[in-house]
Amino acid sequence: MTDIHLSNTSIHTTDEAAAARRARMDLISSVIRYALLFGVGFLMLYPLIWLVGASFKTNSEIFSGAGFLPSSPTLEGYTRGWQTSTPYTFGRFFWNSFLIILPKVIGTAISCTMVAYAFARFEFPFKKVLFGSVIAVLLLPNVVTRIPQYILFRDLGWLDSFLPLWVPSALAGDAFFVFMLVQFLRSLPTDMEEAARVDGANSLQTLVYIVVPMLGPALVSVCLFQFMWTMNDFLGPLIYISSVDKYPVSLALKLSIDTTEAFEWNRILAMSVLTITPALVVFFVAQRYFIEGISAGGRKG
Amino acid sequence: MAHVQLKNLEKIYNKTNKVVHGLNLDIHDGEFMVLVGPSGCAKSTTLRMIAGLEDISGGDVIIGGQRVNDLPPSKRSIAMVFQNYALYPHMKVRGNLSFGLRIAGRPKAEIEAAVAHVAAILEIEPLLDRLPKQLSGGQAQRVALGRALIKDPGVFLFDEPLSNLDAKLRASMRVRITDLHRQLKAQGSSPTVVYVTHDQTEAMTMGDRICVMQAGRIMQVATPKELYNAPANLFVAGFIGTPEMNLVEGAMEGGDFVMGSQRLTLGGELHGRLSGQPDQAVLGIRPQQFSLVSEGPALHARLVNAEFMGHEVYMHADCEGRRLISVVGAAEFEARGQSDVIRLRPDPKTLHIFDKSDGRNVSLHGGSSIAA
Repeated sequence: MTDIHLSNTSIHTTDEAAAARRARMDLISSVIRYALLFGVGFLMLYPLIWLVGASFKTNSEIFSGAGFLPSSPTLEGYTRGWQTSTPYTFGRFFWNSFLIILPKVIGTAISCTMVAYAFARFEFPFKKVLFGSVIAVLLLPNVVTRIPQYILFRDLGWLDSFLPLWVPSALAGDAFFVFMLVQFLRSLPTDMEEAARVDGANSLQTLVYIVVPMLGPALVSVCLFQFMWTMNDFLGPLIYISSVDKYPVSLALKLSIDTTEAFEWNRILAMSVLTITPALVVFFVAQRYFIEGISAGGRKG
Repeated sequence: MAHVQLKNLEKIYNKTNKVVHGLNLDIHDGEFMVLVGPSGCAKSTTLRMIAGLEDISGGDVIIGGQRVNDLPPSKRSIAMVFQNYALYPHMKVRGNLSFGLRIAGRPKAEIEAAVAHVAAILEIEPLLDRLPKQLSGGQAQRVALGRALIKDPGVFLFDEPLSNLDAKLRASMRVRITDLHRQLKAQGSSPTVVYVTHDQTEAMTMGDRICVMQAGRIMQVATPKELYNAPANLFVAGFIGTPEMNLVEGAMEGGDFVMGSQRLTLGGELHGRLSGQPDQAVLGIRPQQFSLVSEGPALHARLVNAEFMGHEVYMHADCEGRRLISVVGAAEFEARGQSDVIRLRPDPKTLHIFDKSDGRNVSLHGGSSIAA
């Protein structure tokens, strides 16, 4: 009895020692992994952190070191940057950006959904050729169409207005989004739509009541991409917009670099921070829907 | 009211691939018709053509005397229950049930009353405010059933509705559906049901009549009893019944069935039933219709394996190189099944002889209700 008891105890001790060793190894491995992640993450984020820090510095301090904490924080960059060197405040440029983005994002979501639904669910003449042309447009470099487009919009009398910036996209002109939604729709089961047809819904009702809610996560991505790309678009407004009062923020930022000989860097940096803020906010709000949405597709038994 | 007729119904994919070959089927008003067959036999395609979810390549679908080929599903007086329920994932149970009525623009009070009525019948009142993803398989199935029921259709179409459930739930849902059909019939609404399944147990237990299909053709349409006792051909004989019917190939010689060195003398009764005398024939015997004997005329076989099932034993025996399965009572097995060589006497009344060349059952009187 005693022998058995002893051997049991010794096995027990070995187990405990092994467990403790494993726990220690786990801890060390975690520390190393997290240290590495934090290090690389910090390195990647540092320019952004520096940007935010530097926007509160004085002009003379900005180039005096690589640290991001301002020694004497000031809001001068923000207040004077907001005034700009033009008759308009930066608010005006934000408003202009908003006027382009809003119809563009809404139009893209509606038109691309309808086009993608048609390609994914209906049979119609020349479907293959038409879908092929969508893919072809996707592969076409943007610059190729710049000049014909410019001439077209000039003839329509749309120059120096927001129309060339959002109308093509609002008519499903972005092949990438159409393609993305078609792929997403193809992965959705058709049973729900068939059930809706049996329930008496027509194609449009099926699209609105059944397909769009299921398409939610993909639509959020479409809107998010369109928002970011439009916010960052520099070339489009540069080509089509000539009056300063219609400049979106992307052009307005460049404006503050152009007009003065000695750059007021803290103003530029302050306005850069303001410019990326909406994009960041929208991204973090929408991210939640990305994750929760994708698993909400069909339901299995 | 909802008499469903299929007339020379055809389905051709891509102009060349014919999957449904001219079906003719009459489904009576209020009847529970089961379409059964192995996967790929086009039973679901047929159902979807009745529903209007699949274009009809040839022939007609007639519901309640009206040709519906070109009508959309919603105008055909049908409701459908899908295999994976097809509940709208973003709507609560209440929304799922009422969707059809809302689309039809019915008044709110009427919709609420209808939802309450259906929820009461199916006992899903506590689930009304849940989303489909919060339901178990059985609950989702009942909601799907409710969505069909609420429309008060002339024809219910079921597309393998129980295949995603576990065996126990399937058995209880089976009873629930047939009960519901009986209830509706008693209330006088008498809906017609077309039920697709690949499970012969479902087919046998639920159907008033069963339509056995293979490769886009109807093999036989009959009541479950007739299908079991008088299969029209080899396919139906092999498909219906568990364990499967023993089908043994052999030759007919002067009215006797010869397999290897054994000769089965077909008695006068069976002889009388034969409508043809093929040279090469297939003998069909249900495993349940063997008796284990110790003497007298019988097939001699070597016992290979015995599966004890409780009150009965499945005996796998080798007879002239062919595998025979017989089901005998446990007591009978104890008494006579312990030796290596067993003697199996088939019941001559239930024997079937099939013509090997075309699979036709030649031992039926005149071949009742055979369809090609």
